[in-house]
Amino acid sequence: MTIKWTLNGARRTDEVEPDETLLHCLRKVGCLSVKCGCETSGCGLCTVWLDGKPVLSCSVPAPRADGREVTTLEGLQAEAAELGAFLADEGAEQCGFCAPGFMMNVLAMARELKTPTEEEIQHYLAGNLCRCSGYQGQLRAIRKYLAKKGGEQA
Amino acid sequence: MYTARNYIKAESLAQAYELNQRRANAIVGGGCWMRMGERMYDTLIDLSALELDQIQDRGEQAALGAMVTLRQLETNFMLDKCFAGLFRKCTEHIVGVQFRNCATLGGSVWSRFGFSDIVTALLALDCQVELAGAGRMSLEDFVKMPRDRDVLAWVYIKKDGRPVAYETARNSETDLPVLTCALSRHEGTYRAVVGARPGGPRVVEDRGWDRLVEKVLALEYGDNMRGSARYRRHLAGVLLKRCKAELEVTGG
Ligand SMILES: Cc1cc2nc3c(=O)[nH]c(=O)nc-3n(C[C@H](O)[C@H](O)[C@H](O)COP(=O)(O)OP(=O)(O)OC[C@H]3O[C@@H](n4cnc5c(N)ncnc54)[C@H](O)[C@@H]3O)c2cc1C
Ligand code: FES
Ligand code: FES
Repeated sequence: MTIKWTLNGARRTDEVEPDETLLHCLRKVGCLSVKCGCETSGCGLCTVWLDGKPVLSCSVPAPRADGREVTTLEGLQAEAAELGAFLADEGAEQCGFCAPGFMMNVLAMARELKTPTEEEIQHYLAGNLCRCSGYQGQLRAIRKYLAKKGGEQA
Repeated sequence: MYTARNYIKAESLAQAYELNQRRANAIVGGGCWMRMGERMYDTLIDLSALELDQIQDRGEQAALGAMVTLRQLETNFMLDKCFAGLFRKCTEHIVGVQFRNCATLGGSVWSRFGFSDIVTALLALDCQVELAGAGRMSLEDFVKMPRDRDVLAWVYIKKDGRPVAYETARNSETDLPVLTCALSRHEGTYRAVVGARPGGPRVVEDRGWDRLVEKVLALEYGDNMRGSARYRRHLAGVLLKRCKAELEVTGG
């Protein structure tokens, strides 16, 4: 079946299967930042934005993208580089496999919550698992990233 | 993962109902639960063009469409105000924000999972469901019915101002609950709901607190990998007490 959608700001038309997931469809069209982890909604690796909201692309049926706007890390290069620099400075990654999904959710949080508390940050990111880092470096990086963003807006 | 030969965006509730009468077809809500299975469907029926993704304030009641996501329930200002934060509390442990932006109220209520945080919470309120075929009925009646080929369209909740509290116990933060518990008080009667026993939620009512506690502890509890019957019964007492403390804060 045919879907007409907007991917990273560009309108396009694609053929998808009725039982295809958005995750599969995105990788097929070249968005390889979108990673496949558990495929059972548990890890957050496959996080993308659907109409600006973070969703698990392993659970969203690809046909549902019809008429909608999908954003992946490929469409957020400047923000990704900025946040990525904070993660690097804090030693917040080892294998880095969780990073694209994690960054998509941090960037969504930064847009949705103006000045999130520590509790709100942990709550928002509870669906992003990382097997390597123990999360402390990531939390330090997020705090510093948000402080810089807050400073820019003030 | 399921397989499907067709995917249809229904143009009306009547069309969705008609299509859903075939056993090989199914309504797809968020698809989160369905994707865990291996079923082979002929046609998946998508309700997303039917404006059922709305939370409406209709004066004496709140109307929630079947395609409302768990995240909408969690963050809606009117719901938070009218139901003492109940929907924030009953959704906040469900997997993560991204998951809650996908999973729907319709998929949750229709599935009637024994472990459901959502159904436990709703049962503490005066709540009705509207089905495309069978029409309107109380949620309490609906949860007792076997799953059939109907389509859930709306959930209505009376805004009667009753104080309500919600507590769960989980082995790890975003795991399925070991036990769920909701408590409300309306016109002098306590209403306790206990779910994930691990069977479906049970409703218990009494005007007296001690009798209510006795009734809750006398419910049937079972064993599964998350907890034993004995531990669940113990937790029921603990969660109920915590809910009562919350109710006292909100004037119940
Ligand atoms: C990994 C995981 C963890 C979870 N953890 C929790 C938890 O901790 N607490 C909790 O309460 N829940 C939990 N759930 C359940 C979740 O919250 C949803 O209830 C579940 O995913 C179903 O919602 P859905 O929108 O994904 O439905 P779908 O997967 O789309 O559908 C589920 C079923 O409902 C049917 N259906 C959907 N909508 C309708 C409708 N409008 N009318 C008729 N039939 C319909 C479908 O045909 C299907 O049979 C979890 C689910 C998963 C996958
Ligand atoms: S791959 Fe989607 S949540 Fe793990
Ligand atoms: S850095 Fe390896 S999973 Fe997160």
